[in-house]
Amino acid sequence: MPAKSPNKTAEFERALAEPDTQLYVLRLCISGMTPRSREAIINIKQICETHLQGQYELEVIDLYQQPALAAKYEILGTPTLLKTLPAPVRRLIGDLSDTTKTLRRLGVAVKMNNA
Amino acid sequence: MPGVRKTNGLPLPHLAKTPTGIRGLDEITGGGLPKGRPTLVTGGAGCGKTLFSMEFLLRGAMEFHEPGLFVSFEEQERELLENVASLGFNVNQLVKRKRLAIEFVRAEHSEIHETGDYDLEGLFIRLGHAIDRIKAKRVVLDTIEALFSALPNQAILRAELRRLFRWLKDRGVTAIVTAERGGGMLTRHGLEEYVSDCVILLDHRVIDQMSTRRLRVVKYRGSAHGTNEYPFLIDETGFSVMPVTSLTLDHEAPTKRMSTGIAPLDAMLGGQGLFRGSSILISGTPGSGKSSISAHLIDAACARGERCLYFPFEESQQQILRNMRSIGLDLSQWVERGLLRYHAARPHLRGLEMHLATIHRQIADFQPRTVVLDPVSNLMDIGTAAETKAMLTRLIDFLKSHEITTVFTSLTSETDNPETTEVGISSLMDTWLLVRNLEYNGERTRGLYILKSRGMAHSHQIREFTLTDHGAKLRDVYTGPAGVLMGTARTLQEARDLVERGSRHNELTRRQRELESKRQAMEAQIVALRAAYDAEAVELETVIDERRQAETIFDQQRESLELLRDGATGNGSGNTRKGVGHERLRQQSRARNERKERPRGEAR
Repeated sequence: MPAKSPNKTAEFERALAEPDTQLYVLRLCISGMTPRSREAIINIKQICETHLQGQYELEVIDLYQQPALAAKYEILGTPTLLKTLPAPVRRLIGDLSDTTKTLRRLGVAVKMNNA
Repeated sequence: MPGVRKTNGLPLPHLAKTPTGIRGLDEITGGGLPKGRPTLVTGGAGCGKTLFSMEFLLRGAMEFHEPGLFVSFEEQERELLENVASLGFNVNQLVKRKRLAIEFVRAEHSEIHETGDYDLEGLFIRLGHAIDRIKAKRVVLDTIEALFSALPNQAILRAELRRLFRWLKDRGVTAIVTAERGGGMLTRHGLEEYVSDCVILLDHRVIDQMSTRRLRVVKYRGSAHGTNEYPFLIDETGFSVMPVTSLTLDHEAPTKRMSTGIAPLDAMLGGQGLFRGSSILISGTPGSGKSSISAHLIDAACARGERCLYFPFEESQQQILRNMRSIGLDLSQWVERGLLRYHAARPHLRGLEMHLATIHRQIADFQPRTVVLDPVSNLMDIGTAAETKAMLTRLIDFLKSHEITTVFTSLTSETDNPETTEVGISSLMDTWLLVRNLEYNGERTRGLYILKSRGMAHSHQIREFTLTDHGAKLRDVYTGPAGVLMGTARTLQEARDLVERGSRHNELTRRQRELESKRQAMEAQIVALRAAYDAEAVELETVIDERRQAETIFDQQRESLELLRDGATGNGSGNTRKGVGHERLRQQSRARNERKERPRGEAR
């Protein structure tokens, strides 16, 4: 159906132009309150407040408290930031000190550049 | 105190070991893997690392009541369970009973993004949690090198691995860490630098298109261990390593004897047959009946209720059973009763070591009293003479230590002298029977003789060996004035001998008869002579009697005459008168005698 394709293109353009109001579901898995864990918490909070204000949910999990979750979330290194929404699922290892890389991996980097 | 060494009252530390339960490995390592320490198992692709470590856990869970945790970085739980199920372990039940846990750690490079400094504490927590859940004593990490491709930051990874192994030690679990071999090193990523207590190398190499699996304990800190390469086997019942190079010569020497199943052969072997637990080599040219002799031997053994294991390298079980039926041996009955087992395999199916490993496995499984390898010369094709000898040495050593009687048959070339060609393996044998095809007079016959038989007075004679419907027969060969003969030539010669003997016998009886008749003739003559003599003697005696009487009468008459003449007789003329007078007197007396006899004759 040739009539539909311009519609689709228009839809795509519109979606791209729209401001990103999607909800970010984030989980930060840490292993005890080590300096590195603390660092990671500070970093993610800062990123979220700066770039995702009002559109994120952040849960901090201490794996020592809930060791079963380590297997559930397939954690290898700590700290690990899990982004379950929006798709795709992303798994960021490290203390999130590299903000540019973190934002790019979380898929918010584009917006920052636009702004 | 001088001269006294102080040990602070503490006993010398003894390295505790965790038995693996893997056949053979515990012998090599002197009891198993170092307890509470990580062991590195390395090898190329497909050499059995995963299986090795899995069996370590399964045996631990089933035989030593030590729950095990399998941490897989490559295969999912389901895949692993499927792979191991083929080994005949009921893995699912072990998992249900919490004797075994499988933890799959996904490490995908594409899913991992580094955003700064990190550690692997998450992995530690997972492992710690899994260990606590089943109270695992054994842990396998298979293969941790997957992390190297998943995590970009090698510096962090190496530091964390070092910490991981330290951590495993602190937890007190006996761990196996597998790694891929490569780059001219034991492991591709140099893991041996972290795991240094025990390193086991698995190898799967192909030489002359023959694959052989080998295992070597590269390093075992604080413990003596076998340093050789040991062949190992993976089959439907798992992993087994053969510590076969224990070349100590201290096995028992049984004095009991066993029959070969061929009575005349027993007679040749000092009258009692073979020694139990000895090694017997039967060598011969093609078709000389080597297999038939071995078949007799196992038939006799099975009849005694002993188990026999037969390794044919050329024929299938069915073929052997059929062929032996033709000489009157029903071996299938023993197979049905579970006393006889065949394990047929082409020599080229696997390498020498693998053959040895299979033989070991089969023997351990079946526990036979007698083992036959038919023919062992075929193994020479897949290895050099030295290799074959080494393999056979190990095999014989193993069999002797278990007091298993072993029969090896060996095919020898028609042209070569077997006594020189088989000099290599013959020295390993206690008894050496040689069956030779002898060509004579347009036919072949088999001659059997005992080249050697240690520890017994054996026959040195060649016997003719024939195969009949009722089994193998041994006959004394013809050794006569015409030489050593066998087969029809022997039969002919025997017939000839018989004829000759017959004619000799006839000649003898004829001579005897002649002698008899001569004796009879002589005796007849003696009788006739005696008769004649008797007759003559009677006559002569009569005459003598008459003469005596006449003499008496004459004397009387002379006396009376002298009386009558009154002594007036002259000497000169008296003689003639006397003679005349005598004659007259004789006539008178004869007439008187006739008168006397006459009435007697009339009276009769």
